[in-house]
Amino acid sequence: MELLVHQILSGLATGGIYASVALALVMIYQATHLVNFAQGEMAMFATYLAWTLMQAGVPYWGAFFITVAAAFVVGVLLERIVIQPVENAPILSVVIVFIGLLVIFNSVAGWIYSYTIKPFPSPFPQNSFLDNKYLSSHDMGSALVTLVVLALVFVFFRYTPLGLAMRAAAQNPVSSRLVGVRVGWMLALGWGLASAIGAVAGIMVAPVVFLEPNMMGGILLYAFAGALLGGIDSPGGAVLGGFLVGVLENVVGVYLGTELKLTVALVIIVGVLVVRPSGLFGKVHVARV
Amino acid sequence: MNSMRAPSSAPALSSRQIAGIAVLLVAACVLPFVLGNYQVFQITLALAYAIALLGLNMLTGYNGQISLGHGAFYAIGAYTAAILMDKANFPYWATIPIAGFVCLVAGFLFGLPALRLEGLYLALATFALGVAMPQILKHKGLEEWTGSSMGVVIVKPDPPGWLPITLSQDQWLYFFTLAWTVLLFFAGWNILRGRVGRALVAIRDQPVAAQAMGVNTALYKSLTFGLSACYTGVAGALGAIAVQFVSPDSFNIFLSITLVVGVVVGGLASISGALYGALFIQFIPNIADQISKAAPWAIYGVFLIALMYVMPSGVAGAIRLARRRWFDKARVAAPEKAASPPGRDVQV
Repeated sequence: MELLVHQILSGLATGGIYASVALALVMIYQATHLVNFAQGEMAMFATYLAWTLMQAGVPYWGAFFITVAAAFVVGVLLERIVIQPVENAPILSVVIVFIGLLVIFNSVAGWIYSYTIKPFPSPFPQNSFLDNKYLSSHDMGSALVTLVVLALVFVFFRYTPLGLAMRAAAQNPVSSRLVGVRVGWMLALGWGLASAIGAVAGIMVAPVVFLEPNMMGGILLYAFAGALLGGIDSPGGAVLGGFLVGVLENVVGVYLGTELKLTVALVIIVGVLVVRPSGLFGKVHVARV
Repeated sequence: MNSMRAPSSAPALSSRQIAGIAVLLVAACVLPFVLGNYQVFQITLALAYAIALLGLNMLTGYNGQISLGHGAFYAIGAYTAAILMDKANFPYWATIPIAGFVCLVAGFLFGLPALRLEGLYLALATFALGVAMPQILKHKGLEEWTGSSMGVVIVKPDPPGWLPITLSQDQWLYFFTLAWTVLLFFAGWNILRGRVGRALVAIRDQPVAAQAMGVNTALYKSLTFGLSACYTGVAGALGAIAVQFVSPDSFNIFLSITLVVGVVVGGLASISGALYGALFIQFIPNIADQISKAAPWAIYGVFLIALMYVMPSGVAGAIRLARRRWFDKARVAAPEKAASPPGRDVQV
C-alpha cells in the first residue's frame, strides 16, 4: 500500500510534465486543428539553450526566463515562416512538415551538442522544506511550477483581452477578422505560447531523464496520450489527462514491469481513439456530409 | 495533390516505358558483376527498402491513410524471418512468404481500429506504435525468441548448388532480393492500375462519394493496411537476411520516419517513386555521414519540408513533369508523330 501511494504521488509529479506538454499540444490544436509532432523536440532544443546559458555562467532562473522568452519568439517565427505556407494544404503535407521539423531539431541538437548524455541541474535543493517521505524536492518543485504555469494560462485566456481575442480567433476565424482580430497573428501567438510552455516542461524534466537529443520522445507520446484522454480540444481536460497518464504509467510500471511503459501509452492512445475519440472532456464533433 | 495521375486503364505501358523497364532490368542483372561485394550489399538493402516504400505508398500515397509507424511492421517481418531461421531452422527462402503473411494479419488487425481514425489521429496512433515497438520487442515475455536487446544473429545463406555459375553470397542474396522486388512491384502495379487502385484513390480524395458509388470503404481501407504491412514485412525479412542481424533498437521510430522520407522524396502515389526513394534513403546517409553523424537527418528534414513547398509529388513527379514538357515540345515540332494515346493523361 505504501508502495502504491508512493507510485501514485510520483506519478502525479511526472504527470505534471506530461500535462504541460499536453497543454502545449492542445494550444496549437485549438488554434489550427493540428497536432504538432515537433513539440517535444522544440522543448528539447530549448532545454539545450538553457544548458548553454548556464554553462556560460547565467544563474538558473535567469537562464530559465531567457530560454522561455527565446522559445516563445522561435515558436512565433516558426508559425509565420514554416507553418503558414502549408496551413491550407492537405493534412498529409502538414504532418510531413511537422515530421521534418522534428527531425531537423533533433539532428541539429545532436550536431551541436553531440549525443552524449548530460546532467542537468535542478533548482530545488535536496533536503529543503519541499522534501518529504514520498517525493523528492525536485518532484515537488516541478509539480509546483507546472501548476503555476497552468494557472497563468488559465488567467491569460479567461481574463485578458488578448486571451479573449485568441479564443475568438480559434473558434470563429471569419467573424473574428471582421471585428478586427488579426487571426494570423493570433495563431502565431498560440505557437509561441505552446513553444514557451514546452520549454518549461523540458527544463523541468531534464534533471529526471537527463539531457540528450532524444529525451522528449517518450514524453511526447505520454503527452499525446494525456491530451487525447482528456479531450484534445479541452485545455483543462488535457491537463487532467496528463496527470492521469502519469499515474497510470507509474502504477502499471509496478505491476507489469517498467519495460511496457511506452506500450501503455500506445494502448491508451488507440483505446481512447477507438472507444471515445473526443476524450473525457472534449466536444463530440458531428460532421455534415 | 490533385494533379496525381489516375491508374490509367487503356494501354498499360507505352512502348517507351517497356523499353525503359527492360534496360533497367538488364542493368540490374549486370550490376553485381561490376561492383564490389559491399556495394552489392548496399543495393540489396535499397531493393528491400523499395519494397517497403511501395507498401507504405499504397497506404499513404494512394489511400491517404497516414502511417508514421511502418517501421513496426518492418520489424515484425524481420523478426519473423530471424526467429524462424534461428529457432525453427527454416530455410531462408521459406521465411519470406511467412513474414509477409504474419504482417498481413498484423496490419489488417491494426487497420481495423484504424478505420475509425482519420488523418491526424491515425498519424498519432501509428506514431505511438512506432515509438513503442522497440520496447515490445525487448519485453521479458518474448525474450526466449527475440533474444531481448541482444537480438538474433542470422547465418548468411549460400548460393544454391543448381546454379550454372558461381556467385558470391552477396551476389546471390542480391538476385534473390531482386526477384522478390520484381515480383512484388509487378503485383503492386497490377493491383494499383485497375479497379482496386481507382477505389483506393477515390477513398483518399472523396470518401463519401466513393462509398455512395458502392466502394466498400471499410474493407478496402483495412485490406490496404494489411497489404501495405505485408509488403513492408517482406522487405523487413529480406533486409534482416541481408544484414544477418536483428535487434530492437534498429527498429526505432526513426526507421519509420526514414520510410516516410523515402515515400515523400520518391513521390507520393507513384510506383516508380519507391525506387527513387529507396536509393535516396540508402545512399544519402552514407554520403552525408562524412560531414557529421547528424547530417543525414538534417538533410532529411530539409528535404521533407522543401519538397512539401515546391514539389509535393517528389522525384517521380519531377521526372513526370520534365518528361511531359519535353514531349510537349516535341509534339509542337512534329504534331502528327506524338499524338498521345487517349486516356493516358487522366487527372484525378
